[in-house]
Amino acid sequence: MNPTFGTILIKVLAGAIQSGTILLLPTLGEVLTERSGVLNLGLEGLMLIGAFFGFLGAIKTGNPYIGLLLGMVAAGAAAAIHAFICVTLRGNQTVTGLALTIFGAGLTSFYGDHWVSQRLTTAIKPMAIPGLSQIPVVGPILFSQDLIVYAGYILVALFWFLLFKTKVGVNLRAVGENAKAADAMGINVAGTRYFWTILGGALAGAGGAYITCCIHPYWLNGITSGKGWIAVALVVFAMWNPFNALVGGFLFGSIEAMQLQLQAGGTYINSALLSMLPYVTTFAVIIVATLIVRVRHVGTPKELGIPYAREEK
Amino acid sequence: MEGQEQLMLVMGNITKRFPGIVANDHVNFELRKGEIHTLLGENGAGKSTLMNVLDGIYYPDEGEIAIEGKRVNLRSPLDSMKHSIGMIHQNFMLVASLSVIENVVLGLESQGFYIDKKSVAHQIEAIAKKYNFRVDPYAKIWQLSVGEQQRVEIIKTLFKGARILILDEPTAVLTPQESEELFGILREMKSEGKSIIFISHKLNEVMSVSDRITVLRKGRLVGTVDTASITERELAKMMIGRDILFRLERKDIEQGREVLTVEDAQAYNDRGTMALNKLSITVHGGEIMGVAGVAGNGQVELAECITGLRHLVSGHITVEGIDVTNATPCTLASAGVNYIPADRLGVGLVPNLSTVENAMLRKYRQQPMCRGAFIDYGAACTYADGLIEKFDIAVPLKNAPVKVLSGGNMQKLLLAREIEENPRLLIAEHPTRGLDVGATEFVRKTLLEQRDHGVAVLLISEDLDEILMVADRVAVMYEGRIVGIVDAHHVDIAQIGLMMAGAVGVKA
Repeated sequence: MNPTFGTILIKVLAGAIQSGTILLLPTLGEVLTERSGVLNLGLEGLMLIGAFFGFLGAIKTGNPYIGLLLGMVAAGAAAAIHAFICVTLRGNQTVTGLALTIFGAGLTSFYGDHWVSQRLTTAIKPMAIPGLSQIPVVGPILFSQDLIVYAGYILVALFWFLLFKTKVGVNLRAVGENAKAADAMGINVAGTRYFWTILGGALAGAGGAYITCCIHPYWLNGITSGKGWIAVALVVFAMWNPFNALVGGFLFGSIEAMQLQLQAGGTYINSALLSMLPYVTTFAVIIVATLIVRVRHVGTPKELGIPYAREEK
Repeated sequence: MEGQEQLMLVMGNITKRFPGIVANDHVNFELRKGEIHTLLGENGAGKSTLMNVLDGIYYPDEGEIAIEGKRVNLRSPLDSMKHSIGMIHQNFMLVASLSVIENVVLGLESQGFYIDKKSVAHQIEAIAKKYNFRVDPYAKIWQLSVGEQQRVEIIKTLFKGARILILDEPTAVLTPQESEELFGILREMKSEGKSIIFISHKLNEVMSVSDRITVLRKGRLVGTVDTASITERELAKMMIGRDILFRLERKDIEQGREVLTVEDAQAYNDRGTMALNKLSITVHGGEIMGVAGVAGNGQVELAECITGLRHLVSGHITVEGIDVTNATPCTLASAGVNYIPADRLGVGLVPNLSTVENAMLRKYRQQPMCRGAFIDYGAACTYADGLIEKFDIAVPLKNAPVKVLSGGNMQKLLLAREIEENPRLLIAEHPTRGLDVGATEFVRKTLLEQRDHGVAVLLISEDLDEILMVADRVAVMYEGRIVGIVDAHHVDIAQIGLMMAGAVGVKA
């Protein structure tokens, strides 16, 4: 069959889901971290750490899944530093987050230099879901993907349920909205914040490792190219809701995939201009989301970025 | 009739110290089953500290607590909750963006992993019905009025099985109608055998709602009385203390002309409710007008309006006959208004600037410190040295941030800076709060000196003793207006107490 417009579109959208998953994982993690009241601007650094250690693990063991796991652990550990400074020492979360980004970039460039341009022999492969993948149009786009994409779907549902239907979620939200009230109700504020900050970090790491263990199975310094920052912006777009994070992630994935396709198809538009597209869209999205948040009286966790200390007279 | 089995709670010899202050000094308190027991006292009497000890927020340095005859050790709010103590704080412990249901289940151990909203909603409605009020379990807290939020707090504590309820000044935020409804709920709970501790300093409420009253003053227990056997007047006396310490020596000087007049001033507070309610007051040169009142009755807003820090909605302020309504602080300063704010390190001084820089804040725009676009630091240092010597301020390093000074020396510096401007009107807000005896005396003497020089002084203080010691006249503020002005020389303490508590002199 000749490549028709339809088949090209399906291919582009399948690519969009993959690119979207790179963004979805750190966004989901940051949604939870910020819900607990901790702002982590270090996503870009954590993604780089995840990407590098993921690649390292995959190339050493030959198993990309073990690589992915290692990437998550490494990024989780780096996020624990953030939690220690922000929760225990009550440091400035913005500055610490920025430092974490620089740390991640520096660390991975330093150790990564040796690995630049080496390729993985085995990367994560797609696994079509029997049955579902046979559905026309939807099947090839959504259900002929790899395990990480499927995990993304499941995590969105899981975290949405956790956040809005369970006691764990109420406790988490209470800590980010009014830590004092949560404390008075006997909830461990510091523990909650540590847990979700580290988990958020691990998810950012998974996003990074997904790049190097699957999509681009080689190492380049700064391979995440600002995706961590887009994820930070997507959290605002998502209004701290896991389901919206999915929408936002895939929307940005589509822009990215479209932009690549246009470049490959050879348009008259300057390629540098096209590469700018996701970042320009970020601005637009932030502006719209901010306006909505203002009107709807929901959104930003009230005590986001504010350290908590039990007051003594 | 005082059988041991009737006692729900006994707190014995509770002592709690904070740096520099004994907030509770061997306080005894007992609560019977099925009674409403009021804890009465002025600001800083130790009521909240005592209740925070009971709620497990503070751990007492000495003393013991027994519930139904059994000794308990309350180390956290969770411990207290387990011993069926529930506290409703003055600032509600509610999460605004969560629903009533979610707030109720927050931290509940009896709930499983999954929240069954329907069943919790039914239970909430059942509790509400029992006490004759309504609440929408699915509403978000921010959608509810303050009165409704308070009911959510009550439901929350009842849900957790509280049998001892502590309400910290619950009516402070309520309208009179809401207060009445609250009392209805409290009486209902009492008839069910629950024990209620009610914190207040509004005497009429206390008399109408409570069975017994325990009075605290300056961290000490004054006594526990049956409401039936005491009058409001006697209660006011207990609360405020009958002994005036002593009046400071003062010259008899002729009262000058009117310096400050405030007419029908209306202003909002930061929460957007009316803080000044057509307030009028006049202060003459050569007199100290003390403003007494329970905190939060508009004293802060009054000072801010006069000093140009808060916008007046209506009304007029004149200083020496010149209209200064809503003038800028700078204009007011040149009109001779100077200010000793309550927050000396936040409003009065700039914490991270040095002593020299803080000293020159009122002067650097003028000669000789101002040299075109530059500041002559030599002249500034000389000026600061002058103040330090004249007012005997202990400054270890003139160029170190002012925040390292002791509270007393900070206040001296602030006072020195303001007084060097030769004020016509001096506003002093809690000028001796947190100071040691020496510094306190210095501040009071300085205020009296200014008065003797013909300055009009407006002294706002929660410390009634201080006002009676220093002031010539005392104005009592209640709910944003002056409810009475009395001569400080022939004062009736009980009368002032009643006015502070809103029991007399309030016009509808």
